[in-house]
Amino acid sequence: MNNNRNTSVFKNLDWTVVIIYFLLVVAGALSIYASSYDFDNASIFDFSEFSGKQFRWAGLSFVLGFVLLLIDRRMYETYAYVIYFLIVILLVVTIFIAPDINGSRSWIVLGSMSLQPAEFGKFATALALAKLFSTYNFNLTAKPSNFIKALLIIFVPIILILAQKETGSALVYMSLIFVLYREGMSGLVLFAGFFAVVIFVVTIKFAESIVLGMPQGEFVVMLLIMVVMVAMIATYSKGYAAARNLAIGYVLSIILLLILNQLELSIPGRIYMLSAIGLGILYCIYELMRNHLRRIAIPIGCAVASIVMMFSVNYVFNDVLQPHQQMRIKVTLGMEDDLLGVGYNVNQSKIAIGSGGFWGKGFLQGTQTKLDYVPEQHTDFIFCTIGEEEGFIGSALTVIAFLVLILRIITIAERQPTTFGRVYAYCVASYLIFHVCINIGMVIDLCPVIGIPLPFFSYGGSSLWGFTVLLFILLRIDASRRDSRNY
Amino acid sequence: MRKDYRLEKRKYVIGGFILLICFIYIGRLYSLQIDDDKYKNYADSNAFLKKTVYPSRGLMYDRNGELVVYNQPAYDVMMIPRDVQPFDTISFCNALKITREQFDKRIADMKKSVGYSTYTPQTFLTQLSAEDYGRLMEKLYLFPGFFIQKRILRQYKHVAAANVLGNIREVNRQDIKRDPYFERGDYCGDLGVEKSYDTYLRGVKGKEILIRDVHGRIQGRYLDGQADVPSVAGRNLTLSLDINLQQYAESLMVNKIGAVVAIEPKTGEILAMVSSPTYDPNMLVGRKRGDSYKKLTKDKYKPLFDRALQAAYPPGSTFKPGQGLILLQEGIINTNTAYSCYGGYISGGLRVGCHGHSSPLALKPALQTSCNAFFCWGLKNMLDNRKAKYGSVANAFETWKLHLVSMGFGYRLGVDLPSENRGFLPNAQFYSKTYGEGHWSANTIISVAIGQGEVLATPLQIANLCATIANRGWFITPHVVKEIQDTVMPSEYTERKYPTIDTRHYDVVAEGMRMAVTGGTCRLANLPNIEVCGKTGTAQNPHGKDHSAFMGFAPYDDPQIAVCVYVENAGFGATYGVPIGSLIIEKYLNGQIAPERKYIEERMLHSNTIIYSGVRKH
Repeated sequence: MNNNRNTSVFKNLDWTVVIIYFLLVVAGALSIYASSYDFDNASIFDFSEFSGKQFRWAGLSFVLGFVLLLIDRRMYETYAYVIYFLIVILLVVTIFIAPDINGSRSWIVLGSMSLQPAEFGKFATALALAKLFSTYNFNLTAKPSNFIKALLIIFVPIILILAQKETGSALVYMSLIFVLYREGMSGLVLFAGFFAVVIFVVTIKFAESIVLGMPQGEFVVMLLIMVVMVAMIATYSKGYAAARNLAIGYVLSIILLLILNQLELSIPGRIYMLSAIGLGILYCIYELMRNHLRRIAIPIGCAVASIVMMFSVNYVFNDVLQPHQQMRIKVTLGMEDDLLGVGYNVNQSKIAIGSGGFWGKGFLQGTQTKLDYVPEQHTDFIFCTIGEEEGFIGSALTVIAFLVLILRIITIAERQPTTFGRVYAYCVASYLIFHVCINIGMVIDLCPVIGIPLPFFSYGGSSLWGFTVLLFILLRIDASRRDSRNY
Repeated sequence: MRKDYRLEKRKYVIGGFILLICFIYIGRLYSLQIDDDKYKNYADSNAFLKKTVYPSRGLMYDRNGELVVYNQPAYDVMMIPRDVQPFDTISFCNALKITREQFDKRIADMKKSVGYSTYTPQTFLTQLSAEDYGRLMEKLYLFPGFFIQKRILRQYKHVAAANVLGNIREVNRQDIKRDPYFERGDYCGDLGVEKSYDTYLRGVKGKEILIRDVHGRIQGRYLDGQADVPSVAGRNLTLSLDINLQQYAESLMVNKIGAVVAIEPKTGEILAMVSSPTYDPNMLVGRKRGDSYKKLTKDKYKPLFDRALQAAYPPGSTFKPGQGLILLQEGIINTNTAYSCYGGYISGGLRVGCHGHSSPLALKPALQTSCNAFFCWGLKNMLDNRKAKYGSVANAFETWKLHLVSMGFGYRLGVDLPSENRGFLPNAQFYSKTYGEGHWSANTIISVAIGQGEVLATPLQIANLCATIANRGWFITPHVVKEIQDTVMPSEYTERKYPTIDTRHYDVVAEGMRMAVTGGTCRLANLPNIEVCGKTGTAQNPHGKDHSAFMGFAPYDDPQIAVCVYVENAGFGATYGVPIGSLIIEKYLNGQIAPERKYIEERMLHSNTIIYSGVRKH
């Protein structure tokens, strides 16, 4: 009986994911070997070296994956909360017993080994979230308490990890917003999140040039608010009359502003634009009252929230963020060059990747990474090694491999007969999306520097095992999707 | 099992999102890795420390294989400012034996210099002695960012031939512009053979590519040295100089202004080339070079001015053998033609003085006695002979001039040394401009017949005329380098050149010059066992006392040496030119000075003509 089930596990195993996983882990270990390769002392399996350790961890992770496949899927479902609870305890304990390593208290040191519980919090949170959603008749949007429960599961580890001063790892859990979205959360939240980022970037980046009597950033943001308002009114009201009226009003007011500006009358542009939006909001409220369309309240709320957001950005940026954080953001937005400070890593990493060319310099031939020009190159900046030694072809293939893996996991998620399996799979996909986007984006200077590892590549057993556990639990759940119908 | 198909569509939003991001990232990778080459260069300049490997400069030997110029290692203290970390300046200064002020000044100077960069090696101090080098090496590990670059210093074994050998200096901006081979801090030849044979002597620099990590530590050789370019040592030169003869000639010229050029007629090889006053070539070596150079340029006697090939003097009577050849070639005279001379050349109210001798006389006795009248009559008959072949004075003069040009006057001879002067030969146009077309005739310009007037020649050109007569009709362009290691000498220095004078005319002139030694103006050169031929010159000049000149060769039958001596403001050719020239010939052919001629040597070694030069030292 038991034997049968195990054979069916390997028969139904999703080999696409297994193969991509295997390739990524091997490529990762080789990259670590390349990045820590010493010209004089070159032994892959010297366990005192980074690469030696990484090869050992890679080997162990294959064993771990195999063992996980043997565990019955019902174990995960049954013990999801228990596992979550245990990990939360571990995270709490970590805060107190972990030694201070570069200001972060996230590593538990056991003899010669050290372990980062935050990496294992991911699968536990995923299990707990899956378990919550698979509760009988659970509907995320049915009542607010459901939503709050979900948020609670997500935010407990976030807060604990923030307390360990591991901001990067904590932010990873924010990616679970994709899961909430898939399970019914309004797309408006995603859009709001996206729009908030746009407002933030535009306001900060163009804060210094003045146009029409106000910072250029604010002008652009208010234009965007107008456009979004019109679009939302068009979506939420019956017919297009209201949206059309609003659009005409906005266009006329902008034209008037430009004419007044041409006449060289000094107009307080900010107040003018605010008044225009204010009038627009009043018009929407009028439409709301007249048609009793409560949904129109959404665009109104969004507009107000956006205005508040816009004005608070400057405050948050200048008064809440630490100077080094401000610097990181400014460097990322290309407002400052700080090649010896914050920007040094990123600049050297761009040089490493850029010097790879199309075919790369060849395995072990990279100079940037070999000679330590890129700090953290075997951990967060491991992608540089691929970019430098394997060139465009290697780095693009790596990106594509991750893309295929993520898309494959989404496919797996959608074929799950159980909510538990689907939600868990989406959790895995979300984590991967966040890690890959942020890590590679940071290395190629498209995202701010947030210290999180590249899955399967970055040096470290915790990260590799964390993702192995995530992935193989998914594979096991997926492999037994057919027999789950029976219980 | 509940499944919400409306929500399932949201997989496309999530999938689309990651697809879009990956698309953007691949685009970014494309622009970084393929579109833009600058990152490759950045990476290379980060990682590769290109160290120049300096070749050793070619050595110089004299014609007898005696080492003349050689190399001595010197050590430059270099620094890469970016890599320098705070260090104990006091102990650094002590190791180099400099003061703190000097240290600060060096750093400040360095920052001001052209091409200063904190990323590339900068020269902090040049040419450390072996002792200082040893002291610094012990402590060098304490001063990260500093390193030692091995260089060479030129050493001159003999205090002689500074004008021929030249010296080396650091290249300047113009040099780098002129020759892309040069980089900042390289050395190039300055003056003399060091300059004219620089491309042979310098060799080819090599490159060593080292791999440097982020801390500036050398991690090894790039590709195990396969990409390194080894340096190629410079070629050794064998000079045609006889360094002993050179030293002897220089000693004779002490306290005199002038030049000596001695040529081996058969080969055109210059045996000695003296410019006096001269200087010790070792003055221009090493760190003291700058000060010494400044001192030499300020010296009123202009020791850096190579009088042997840069000074254009009136050749005076040393010009007369050439004149005789032209007159013979043009058929104006034959060996028996005699002109009368009663104390000079008197024609049309013009008088060129002469000295007491029998009259009338033919070419040979005219050379013997250095008769001015003979050559004036000769030139007059050539130029004013309109009925003959020339048609006009101008045409006749051009013919005269072209013969001289073929003998090496008026243009650079092409010696293998820099800055040769071409001397001066007027042409017909020159006189037409001065006097008006058709308004000049032989008498107007008669002084050129005796090497005065507008005619100017370098001692080298006079020596070359002498060598041509010694060879009886040909010469090889004089040169100071006999052999270049592993290279064939350019044909210019091996081919015979024939002036436009038939070789049959030379014997007469040579005989005349032999008579001048046996019974004429050059009697002091009449060596007991060597048949010397010679011609004195006493050149009037606007600077004071006459210049004393001599040209001669020996032996008469098989000439081994042709020499020109030119001593400024020293009086008659016979007083200084002849004794110095004859001593050089004797020394070269006999290896020593006969006891009965020692008194001449003594006199020449100790006489001083500089006092007549009109140059006041202070």
